[in-house]
Amino acid sequence: MENQRPSFYEEAIGKGVSRRDFLKFCATMAAFLGLEASGVSQIVKALESKPRLPVIWFHFQECTCCSESFIRASHPLVADIVLNKISLDYQETLMAASGVQAEDAYKAVMQKYPGEYIVMVEGSIPTENEAYCCIGGRSALQILQEAVKNCKAVVAWGNCASAGCVQAASPNPTGAKPVHKVISGKPVINVQGCPPIADVMAGVVVHLLTFDRIPQLDGLGRPKAFYSRRVHDTCYRRANFDAGLFVESFDDEGAKRGYCLYKMGCKGPVTYNACGIIKWNDSVSYPIQSGHPCIGCAEAGFWDNGPFYQHLPEVAGFGIETTADKIGVGLGVATAVGIAGHAIVTNIRKHKEIINEEPEAGSTVETKK
Amino acid sequence: MRNRSVPLREVHVWEMPVRVYHWINALCITTLCVTGYLIGDPLALMNGTEAYFNYWFGTVRFIHFISAFLFFFNFIFRLYWGFTGNEFSRWYNYIPLKRCQWKEMLDVIKVDVLQVTNKKIDSIGHNSLASFIYFITFLIFLLQCLTGFGMYAAMSNAFLPKLFAWVVPFLGGDMNVRQIHHILMWAFILFAMVHMYLVFYHDYIERRGVTSSMIGGWKFIEEDVIERHDNKSEDCPKKL
Repeated sequence: MENQRPSFYEEAIGKGVSRRDFLKFCATMAAFLGLEASGVSQIVKALESKPRLPVIWFHFQECTCCSESFIRASHPLVADIVLNKISLDYQETLMAASGVQAEDAYKAVMQKYPGEYIVMVEGSIPTENEAYCCIGGRSALQILQEAVKNCKAVVAWGNCASAGCVQAASPNPTGAKPVHKVISGKPVINVQGCPPIADVMAGVVVHLLTFDRIPQLDGLGRPKAFYSRRVHDTCYRRANFDAGLFVESFDDEGAKRGYCLYKMGCKGPVTYNACGIIKWNDSVSYPIQSGHPCIGCAEAGFWDNGPFYQHLPEVAGFGIETTADKIGVGLGVATAVGIAGHAIVTNIRKHKEIINEEPEAGSTVETKK
Repeated sequence: MRNRSVPLREVHVWEMPVRVYHWINALCITTLCVTGYLIGDPLALMNGTEAYFNYWFGTVRFIHFISAFLFFFNFIFRLYWGFTGNEFSRWYNYIPLKRCQWKEMLDVIKVDVLQVTNKKIDSIGHNSLASFIYFITFLIFLLQCLTGFGMYAAMSNAFLPKLFAWVVPFLGGDMNVRQIHHILMWAFILFAMVHMYLVFYHDYIERRGVTSSMIGGWKFIEEDVIERHDNKSEDCPKKL
């Protein structure tokens, strides 16, 4: 089986998935990836003919919410085929093997498929002291660097692997760093979110398989197909924002009417994600639709830009709930007091100059051109 | 009739383009601060109505963006004028590369800020300290343009904003960019307060007509100061 790797399609059919369901899955993925109509057949062809992707999936400093999200993708095929049944060569949480067998499994992948396998990482990597995260007696950093050496590409799942998430939030006791900060020389796809949307994760995997290259990324390494627009730009409450209709408190009339949650601290205007379009849990809803402001979980440092229910973030070093506006007003008052003081002192100390006029009032201001 | 006998001469310090720049800038900054503050902390003006009746917040943002474009081009023009304008508006006044500029700054601090001596500051245009402060405000202008257009880039396909698309990844995300943009707004407000006070202060103490100089361009300068100015050996930030 390892030598003659079956394709996704063969595995799916073997698992009792109908051809119809397989095609539905391919069409869904093409839609999520924003491909044109011909893209569907490209995906079908790829999944039918290409051997499965060998994948090593690491868990470092994280909560496994990315895995949890992934197995809840809207189409069961993603979870069942892409992750659980086929691709999984090494995944600590879901694999049956443990101990030596588990270690052997991922070493086997590295040996058998050099330059072909994908390293997928959940979680950040401690750098303050590598011992904060060890698996099988080796540190996360060692494991990752070894695995990355011969991989094809790295997929950083979620905010931990993409930006450090909560572990990297101030004061970052473990010196947690995202994947792209500790490795170099390999393409890293940051699939942001805490967790990322399941269908986004599936979309990235399908893209890798179909086109044999990494998807187009934005300036922060996120796939453009899913992270090119703000949650705010695709929010169904956007009209209320432009109309200046805001929820002022969670129990007011505005909340009932579904006004914009901007003043409740919604981070939608500064967060790039596909929540407003793909949504969550088989496209049932997303936080804003449920009346809760976006907390900006797909952005680096969102924990340090809190509180979640306040529009302006706190300014570090000025105490709890001190925003730029409070500091600004304080400085403004101080400036006004300083100006008043200076004006008074001027009238006393510069009295002579202000009065300065000579008694022999003969000459006047000369004008020459 | 009270009178004063110091021999003065009118000097045309601020050319028309500088004055126009100044007032467009003042207008833009006022508009940008007011609309910017509203965008950061919108008023609860409307309630109990439906979205399709109103667009006031969208209008506030629209005004902010229009003013930002005007501010930006005005700023670019002033940079250009720093290379073609008269000696008082040239760039070398603003960047303290010469020892004598730093010395004058120290003098200004002693004379006008701490008021421990009464030495005369000879500058006809801006004094060295003022020039240096304007240089810092220019840097703030630049940062504000970078962060502002950086945030704007994501919702525009136009050429100009797209040039700033690198700013957001460079600063690590929209959250940081917005925070910087917001903090810098306060720098503008504080600057405006001190700036206006100092104009009144200088007019009050020196009686050179500095307030009206930004309207007509003329200042009243003491004859001896002009003589020393024309005697270029003593003049400080002359061409490099």
